Amino acid sequence: MFANMDLQQLLFGRFTIEQIPYHEPILQATFAGVAVVGLTVLGVITYYRFWGPMWRDWITSIDHKKIGIMYCIFAMVMLLRGFADAILMRSQQAVAFGSEQGFLPPHHYDQIFTAHGMIMIFFVAMPFVTGLMNFAVPLQIGARDVAFPFLNNFSFWMTVAGGMLVMVSLFVGEFSRATWLAYPPLSGAAMSPGVGVDYYIWALQIAGIGTLLSGINLIATIVKMRAPGMTMMKLPIFVWSSLCTNILIVAAFPILTAVLAMLSLDRYVGTHFFTNDLGGNAMLYFNLIWIWGHPEVYILILPAFGVFSEITSTFCGKRLFGYTSMVYALVVITILAYLVWLHHFFTMGSGADVNSFFGITTMIISIPTGAKIFNWMFTMYRGRIRFEVPMLWVVAFIVTFVIGGMTGVLLAVPPADFVLHNSLFLIAHFHNVIIGGVLFGMFAGVTFWFPKAFGFKLDEFWGKMALGFWVTGFYVAFMPLYVLGLMGVTRRMQHFDDPSLQIWFVIAAIGAALIACGIASQIVMFVVSIRNRDKLRDLTGDPWGGRTLEWSTSSPPPDYNFAFTPVVHDSDAWWDMKNRGFDRPLKGYRPIHMPKNTATGAILAGLNFTFGIAMIWYVWWLAALTFLAIFVVAIAHTFNYKRDYYIPAEAVSRTEGQRTRELEMA
Amino acid sequence: MSADAHHMAGPVGHGGASAGHGHDPHAQSEGGHGTVQSYMTGFVLSVILTVIPFWLVMGNVLDNSLVTTLVILALGGVQMVVHVVYFLHMSTKSEGGWTFMALIFTITLVVIMLAGSVWVMYHLNHNMMPMDAHDVMNNAR
Amino acid sequence: MMHADTAPPGAAAPVFYQTDEEGHHSEGSTMLGFWLYLMSDCLIFATLFATYGVLGRSYAAGPTPKDLFDLPGIAVNTAMLLFSSITYGFAMLEMDRDRIKRTQVWLAITGLFGVAFVALEIREFAHLFHEGAPPWRSAFLSSFYTLVGTHGLHVSMGILWLVVLMVQVRKYGLIVENKRRLMCLSMFWHFLDLIWIGVFTVVYLMGVLE
Repeated sequence: MFANMDLQQLLFGRFTIEQIPYHEPILQATFAGVAVVGLTVLGVITYYRFWGPMWRDWITSIDHKKIGIMYCIFAMVMLLRGFADAILMRSQQAVAFGSEQGFLPPHHYDQIFTAHGMIMIFFVAMPFVTGLMNFAVPLQIGARDVAFPFLNNFSFWMTVAGGMLVMVSLFVGEFSRATWLAYPPLSGAAMSPGVGVDYYIWALQIAGIGTLLSGINLIATIVKMRAPGMTMMKLPIFVWSSLCTNILIVAAFPILTAVLAMLSLDRYVGTHFFTNDLGGNAMLYFNLIWIWGHPEVYILILPAFGVFSEITSTFCGKRLFGYTSMVYALVVITILAYLVWLHHFFTMGSGADVNSFFGITTMIISIPTGAKIFNWMFTMYRGRIRFEVPMLWVVAFIVTFVIGGMTGVLLAVPPADFVLHNSLFLIAHFHNVIIGGVLFGMFAGVTFWFPKAFGFKLDEFWGKMALGFWVTGFYVAFMPLYVLGLMGVTRRMQHFDDPSLQIWFVIAAIGAALIACGIASQIVMFVVSIRNRDKLRDLTGDPWGGRTLEWSTSSPPPDYNFAFTPVVHDSDAWWDMKNRGFDRPLKGYRPIHMPKNTATGAILAGLNFTFGIAMIWYVWWLAALTFLAIFVVAIAHTFNYKRDYYIPAEAVSRTEGQRTRELEMA
Repeated sequence: MSADAHHMAGPVGHGGASAGHGHDPHAQSEGGHGTVQSYMTGFVLSVILTVIPFWLVMGNVLDNSLVTTLVILALGGVQMVVHVVYFLHMSTKSEGGWTFMALIFTITLVVIMLAGSVWVMYHLNHNMMPMDAHDVMNNAR
Repeated sequence: MMHADTAPPGAAAPVFYQTDEEGHHSEGSTMLGFWLYLMSDCLIFATLFATYGVLGRSYAAGPTPKDLFDLPGIAVNTAMLLFSSITYGFAMLEMDRDRIKRTQVWLAITGLFGVAFVALEIREFAHLFHEGAPPWRSAFLSSFYTLVGTHGLHVSMGILWLVVLMVQVRKYGLIVENKRRLMCLSMFWHFLDLIWIGVFTVVYLMGVLE
């Protein structure tokens, strides 16, 4: 008997069949739903014999455009998961008053808000941002791919592997209950002995490697692969914002990696970094993780700023107002982002001098952001504004983000923060900037670049429906939280005693339902657009009257992006080319040197995923085996020196001929 | 042919110097990797800069431990610069100045992080945690 | 279109496409990319240094640096790393002259110094365990082992990488790719040396001074 137990532990670590929460009704329903959807998807793929093309053209692809698209799809799928958590929380809080306990027990509710926060930041916002950058940056700088195409594929699959770990936690074991930043001592071994925090740690560590590498990749791309003539001050503003974002990524994510590594040492080895005893200091974790955490906020918002800038100037038919000031604002934000971290824990007790320093730096960092708002408004001023869907998102963003920004400045005042810390006011504030800023920006970007990626526009009616629902839904859902926060209601509560608060939570739940309609509209939008793709088709490659280089090539762009590398004379390069009457070269094609597809990235990410699972469940033999395998595969990969091929000139000629015919038809 | 390929991808900003045409097109604008002499200079300097702090501490040369601390920190800093210059061949011009800029940015962040964390946590401990028995004991040792 | 939107016409007729180039090479980006990686690694170490800076005096009534650290041993360790740095430099100089054999010899010597360094570190850790100072004894020891151990882990990875590169040089010669890889490893190796300067100054020397 005892020997049996040992064998089981040896083989499966701490996993037992009871760890699968099959007895919880909500999870049963979820599991059934996931199984049905999953089987349907698999069935469809098999029915249309899509496995081969999917493997060849997508999973192993090192094409930055496809990887960018896959990032965005991944982000949208995870958005559904994160939003499902949000709906659960809103409905729980709308009903759980007085004697009514609601339908979510505390231990489940805590997992849900942890998963919601962590998924929305790391597996929705981050992949969205990275996806858009991956898709647009090389096209905008006139490059054929990123600097390290294989790494790009690897980064993507590592991000997916991290996301998958979070998804697995839904059905096997549990997820962390220690909030989205896993604050110790709650996240330590003493308070959270289960697998939840380990899922959290390994998901972030694995996805973090991907994020860091893609950051390095995009910086090198922007620095090294710009088209001739594109000096730094002629970069499209989205590329500038991507550069700043990736600098922040490379300079911030290592801190997260190190901090989480120390937390896992505390949990696995029994060290005393953040414990309560033997000299550990939990507040050091707060200090360190927010040195990553604040730059992370700007990692998310800067690309959105870039998208808004591109869209504003495109749809106003005007050069961006104050390009130089925009660039300086971005650079200043990049540096200041590292000087404000303590405003996330003013109440920790570092004293008045420390708090006032960080309060002042926080107020200073709002200045460059404010300058940007004025730049957008002055771009619109006297522009011939076309209110198409992307531009409408910009308008919604400007209004919403200004409100969020101002409540942020309120929170920057330490005495005010002492009152509002940990309250729903804070929740309202950061949802205000992240939904109103990041998500609106990503939706605007997807609508803007979708025709470039697929060759047809998105349906306008459903786009506007989505926008309307999202914007009204946002205000209905989060304005009540400002009120509640000012009344002193704290966050992360599964149940409330005071029934007079209930009405506000009911309003907020209605808001969440409106947002759900917004998401449904988006899904309808994609379905309708794909069905009507022939009507929505754009043959010119330049459906919006674009200004930057990505609009100079066909939609979708060929594998090699540009048959000839563009030469740039102006920051709005394509606009300049159109105005000065360039002639598209029709002959003289040459073979184009391109990187080859590879499966190594997906294999390595799969091994990392398995390694994560093994570490989470203490299956040491599997952990050792997969760890070894990761090295073997990686080293074997370096023995492959033939990683590129040439697209023959005839193939280029054929593709470009097709483009010529399309341009004639359009 | 392949030399062309190398130059075309380069940003115009850093063209000039790196576009030199040695017979090895793949010298990759690193400006070489130093000479025997530069490596030896770096080596000798860092030996000296390593020996002095060890000697200062092991031999108890200075009475004042604060002064010793400052001196060995300064020597460590100098030695890091020696390594960066002579072993890593960093200059303001390599890779069009981008590596140097990255280095300066990183150093700035490292300083912010080290100084900031110590400052913040010192004040926290000062305000929130009166010296407990452990610290008293350790200080007495 | 609006006048302000058109760039002033240049003297020459505008050229909008390069027609005489061949293809895209990304090799030119490797050194920059690797440098950026090193910078990010530097921040990992900075985090560990910051942790040590904050927790390095939290002995929890346990052993202190004065009780534990053996400076002569650390001096030998430092010497190993310094020697390995200069021998790697010699390997690079031989690589520039395309002398495979000599390059390999210097690389091997570098690797041996690296192995000696790691072995000494393991011995030191074993000794500390024996003294009753494992990482879970106090926050000071946790941060000490993590900082020094992360550096040691990096050196070990460097050795593994060195071995792989020696095999590749032997198999394929000093081709462009291998030279580039050797240059990356060179940066990695010297970078670790640089981190070690911080370690022996802040952890060992200042620890004993206290």
